[in-house]
Amino acid sequence: MSENNTAVQEREQQTAQKTVRFEIRRQDTADSQPYWESFVLDYRPNMNVISALMEIRRNPVNADGKKTTPVNWEMSCLEEVCGACSMVINGRPRQSCTAIVDQFTQPIKLEPMKTFPVVRDLVVDREFMFDSLKKIKAWVPIDGTYDLGEGPRMPERKRQWAYELSKCMTCGVCLEACPNVNDNTNFMGPALLSQVRLFNTHPTGAMNKDERLATLMTDGGIGECGNSQNCVVACPKGIPLTTSIAAMNRATNVQMFKNFFGSDHMVD
Amino acid sequence: MSRESDFYLRRLHSLLGIIPVGLFVAQHLVINHFATRGPEAFNNASNFMGNLPFVLFLEWFIIYIPLLFHGFYGVYIAFTANNNVQRYGTFRNWMFMLQRITGVFLVVFIAWHIYQTRIQKALGADVDYDMMADILANPFMLAFYIAGVVAATFHLANGVWSFLVSWGITQSPRSQQIVTYVSMVIFLILTVIGVQALFAFV
Repeated sequence: MSENNTAVQEREQQTAQKTVRFEIRRQDTADSQPYWESFVLDYRPNMNVISALMEIRRNPVNADGKKTTPVNWEMSCLEEVCGACSMVINGRPRQSCTAIVDQFTQPIKLEPMKTFPVVRDLVVDREFMFDSLKKIKAWVPIDGTYDLGEGPRMPERKRQWAYELSKCMTCGVCLEACPNVNDNTNFMGPALLSQVRLFNTHPTGAMNKDERLATLMTDGGIGECGNSQNCVVACPKGIPLTTSIAAMNRATNVQMFKNFFGSDHMVD
Repeated sequence: MSRESDFYLRRLHSLLGIIPVGLFVAQHLVINHFATRGPEAFNNASNFMGNLPFVLFLEWFIIYIPLLFHGFYGVYIAFTANNNVQRYGTFRNWMFMLQRITGVFLVVFIAWHIYQTRIQKALGADVDYDMMADILANPFMLAFYIAGVVAATFHLANGVWSFLVSWGITQSPRSQQIVTYVSMVIFLILTVIGVQALFAFV
């Protein structure tokens, strides 16, 4: 009993003494001017950025003691598989659900991923990526007017390897990290190039691989990659993005020569 | 700004950087190295190169046209990037930025270099050892030429690396890492050859 009491007391002391300072880049509407606002919160063991934002929402008072509006952000899975809570924390894009406060130097700066249009505060609109997924046909087409039956079998080792590529959650961190994804280009970004590799690897998906490669060879496609290799450093899922890009470089180049010199059989 | 032909222009830009522009730069630096054997050896080599059969054709199709495309399209590429080495201070991100900085600098340097040599030749001057010795007698010009040579060898060596990635030849991280070391060796060798030749005129 006495041991437990000491532990509780220690925890209460910790909580009472320590505070955490946040500096948040806020923006009230999509068109309004951004501004910075600071918040000081009581420290709690194991707190992360999301729990801190929840605390601010519960009691929206800034560091000057003035009442303010709650900070807006997006979240869903809270286990780093959905990508919704991505934001720039202390200068680097990542998911805020796995951003443990203890691992950051203070003040902790939160910014939206400005590569995308800011909707409000930390909320951005990642529709650009979803549109790009449609452009590259990031799916395996099996719909028809009759049962197409079973597809070709996928070798198990290939399936295990492709699973790594399938971990992409379209979070946008690699686009935020890439120097070539900006207003000057229409570059769709590293994640999308890797998705083409994933769906072209699938035995049924490979039946349309020339269509996906054709998209990579248009405006905003693989030609825009400048090999800074930030994407592979930034990816929270450890996807081998630069290997995917180099593989797609080879595939698009082969396709380019096939298109010009080859026969009318584009797929094989 | 981007257009549908971007993919093909990028590939052409990557190819021309090595063939013929990169090969020409290496050849140019090696020929310059004759200067270390004395003025006469340099003048002989320079006369040989300057009096090749079909020299105007060779100049236009192996040097000027590929170089103009590579240079001007490269400037467009350089200014579309938002460099972020302060966010990601990785080796590759630095190389990405330096490739663009050296590229833009080389457009200025090469324009000046062609004005000082090839255009003067067209206006009647002799391109020989004395001409370069006069130019490099000015310490500012010597520094400018050293910067130009180092920028060119860097841009070429790093360009070999990104050429191999852009053409899908080096895919695995290991192969890319090994080519990084190879490109460093290319950079060092070409820089020594180029800078030694410059100091032979001083």
